[in-house]
Amino acid sequence: MTTTMTSEKALMAHLMRRAGFGASSEELDRLVEQGYDETVDQLLDIEQPNRMSDNIIRRYHSEYSGMMGNLSAGANWMYRMVSTDAPLREKLNLMWHGMYATGYSKLANGKVLHDQIRMFERHGMGSFKDLLIEISKDPAMIVWLDNVENHKGSINENYGRELLELFSLGVGNYTEHDVKEAARAFTGWTIGNTEYMTMKSARDSVWPYGRLSFHFEYKADDHDDSEKEFLGRKGNFNGEDIVDIICEQPATAEFLSRHIYSFFVADEPPVPEWPYKPPRDPEAIAALSNIYFESNYSIKAMLNYLFKSEFFKSDTARFQRIKGPAELVASVLRLTEEFEKPDISMNPMSQQAQFMGQHLLSPPSVEGWHWGTEWIDSGALVERVNFASEHFGNLDAPGVETLVNRILDAGDDIAPEAVIDRTLDELAITEISDNSREALIDFATRQSESAPADQTRRERVVNILKLAGATPEFQRA
Amino acid sequence: MVTAKRNPALIVIQLAGGNDSMNTIVPYTNGIYHDSRKAIGLTESDVIDINGTLGFHPSMGPIKDLWDKGNVAIVQGIGYPVPNRSHFRSMDIWHTAESASIAPDGWLGRTIREIDPDHGNVITGINFGRGLPRALHAKGVPVASVGNLETYGLLPDIKDQQTRELAMDVFSRMYSPSDGVDAVLQEISDTGMGALLGADILRTAPEQYSSSIEYEAEVEIAQSLRDISQVLQADLGTRVFYTIHGGYDTHAGELENHAKLWHELSTAVGDFIADLEEHGRGDDAVVMIFSEFGRRVLDNGSGTDHGSGGHSLVIGNGVKGGFYGEHPSLELNEQVEGDMAFNNDFRSMYATLLDEWMGIDPHPILGENYEQFDMFRR
Repeated sequence: MTTTMTSEKALMAHLMRRAGFGASSEELDRLVEQGYDETVDQLLDIEQPNRMSDNIIRRYHSEYSGMMGNLSAGANWMYRMVSTDAPLREKLNLMWHGMYATGYSKLANGKVLHDQIRMFERHGMGSFKDLLIEISKDPAMIVWLDNVENHKGSINENYGRELLELFSLGVGNYTEHDVKEAARAFTGWTIGNTEYMTMKSARDSVWPYGRLSFHFEYKADDHDDSEKEFLGRKGNFNGEDIVDIICEQPATAEFLSRHIYSFFVADEPPVPEWPYKPPRDPEAIAALSNIYFESNYSIKAMLNYLFKSEFFKSDTARFQRIKGPAELVASVLRLTEEFEKPDISMNPMSQQAQFMGQHLLSPPSVEGWHWGTEWIDSGALVERVNFASEHFGNLDAPGVETLVNRILDAGDDIAPEAVIDRTLDELAITEISDNSREALIDFATRQSESAPADQTRRERVVNILKLAGATPEFQRA
Repeated sequence: MVTAKRNPALIVIQLAGGNDSMNTIVPYTNGIYHDSRKAIGLTESDVIDINGTLGFHPSMGPIKDLWDKGNVAIVQGIGYPVPNRSHFRSMDIWHTAESASIAPDGWLGRTIREIDPDHGNVITGINFGRGLPRALHAKGVPVASVGNLETYGLLPDIKDQQTRELAMDVFSRMYSPSDGVDAVLQEISDTGMGALLGADILRTAPEQYSSSIEYEAEVEIAQSLRDISQVLQADLGTRVFYTIHGGYDTHAGELENHAKLWHELSTAVGDFIADLEEHGRGDDAVVMIFSEFGRRVLDNGSGTDHGSGGHSLVIGNGVKGGFYGEHPSLELNEQVEGDMAFNNDFRSMYATLLDEWMGIDPHPILGENYEQFDMFRR
């Protein structure tokens, strides 16, 4: 394994891959200058992200106002990932979308899914308790997990169950009785004007106004106000009380910590395996759980601790995640700077993540996606390699031009080895197997020996960039 | 042409969106059908009669020709217990063959694992389309996913031949096993080598192929079936082929859309079978066509909403043509929440295909024993 960068810059590259969608070498230099802790604070503190504005995007893509399908809502989100100056917020939205996976297949309404992601943006770094209450009131979730069918005297357990199993405590930390009692407590939490909204959703005839957003409504007369027993406590609980009790549980702290650890530090096995496999780093989970309670459930405090911890900064955490498809697409496009303005090709870009196995806003189930090596099957790998190399090979993209210029600015007679090291630096591939590095150097050498007469140096560098994007190492974050 | 006995291949065509099976195999003499389908009903003069009570959709001429040869099995009333009208969940059930819980992998992925447990052939299974359908997914099982056979491969935008060869050589070195890499990188590398190998092998298929059949240009399903025919004829050992024909979610404008879809599909399937016949391969493959659910009995004024029970088709020389299973009753009191009931578990069809056609024990793949149809001439 080879590291070419300074250790400060390599650490900053690690931070930006995890807390964002990577960064250019130029930006990394600037951030190193600014300081590590300061950069973490900045990532956490941006309240008003600067990004391509919705007005501009909608002027170009009229369907992004209507949100008839999920494609426009997903592509709209991709613009945010690609253009925001607060990448941690969008990255965190991806984590919440995986954890509170809600899908188009049942809702047939892109707008309410879009609204849900925006809700994550408002509450995703706040108190976990508030987030659980907001997700319980979220209209897309209420329809997705059938809380519209959860009535006084006739409960539907779906939301109650997933709230405990997938959203907070994890399997093994509650009983079937708790599920039923939680469901009873959430009776009356529904969407307003349900019948009309359902009818509207079933028909594709609402042009030119697009989808209507659903809205939350609490129906007191449909709420079961009688006594409940939940996790050993008794009372006339409503949904907020259930969330209160959930948040007090150590199991919740551990479950949330493990999600955050897996998403930002190192891939854990998929959630269904958690009851059977201990965490990779139990001490880190314990430390994050402590912060959870000390900070009164503050997600921001947990992230602040995490990014400044030794277990995050350590060499052993580097490249220990497989990039998720949306993450891979966004990180390539941020580097190539293809979307400084809206462009119709954002729709197919967003679909690329789908071809790689992550159809944004259409997760396979309420369990979300399985991550880690499960992202990599041979079909998906071909898509990932070809996507990265195609975009790194696009000399018309301003970001690629910058990359090529920076690689070439050492002069004409730069040795193949130096070209490769510069290329790896520019893509922040700070660790690479000897196998891969030697193969790339060999490519650079043989290419310049045998190149067609009309091939320019820029074209040769572009080919090297393509192959660097095709390395096994580039699949990891 | 000498036809040595070849391993049988299965081609699965998924009709995405929920095919309206009542307008596919039409109960055109049934009064309830006409009462329910006031806007989009097909009449006796529209359909291609099958048996005096059921008729093919008017766009299905090429499939009717295959029916007349005795090579089309129509499995009626196919579905699964406790219908779920979500496209995703329903498709997931068909893909995983698990209706009670969420299964981690697909039935065809498991089939490929049974056929080739040591990954001796990385193209035992191929999907023609983008991404990998869950049906073909099984951990550690390599499956190629081919958008377009002509351009399939890694780094297709490196066009210069010499540079391309060099790039492929470098790619294979980067993905070769090496000391000192961790298990995850090793897994990525193995997958990459599988993809590369698959691409190399598949590149040979179009070179050997020639046919008098002209598949419809600009029609995706036709091009996919042509690609499948090329791979089949190249004898690359592929046993499972998969492709998707989309657009069947006909909530609106059904008459027009459904006719276009079935024209595309029937023509493509007819051409495909003719192509195989022309090359003496007609006995080597069967085509199975399924959709995640049928559609609501009552139309909605211009289309139909999501339903439950439907029909599947199995087509090929090896098939004993005819109807399998009873047609579900359309009587209102026998409908399930406005849908045609199901009376054949889809896994019975899977078990039949695996056991009788592919010659593979279905039990480890489906987890249980399902009653089988007597569907193949073998």
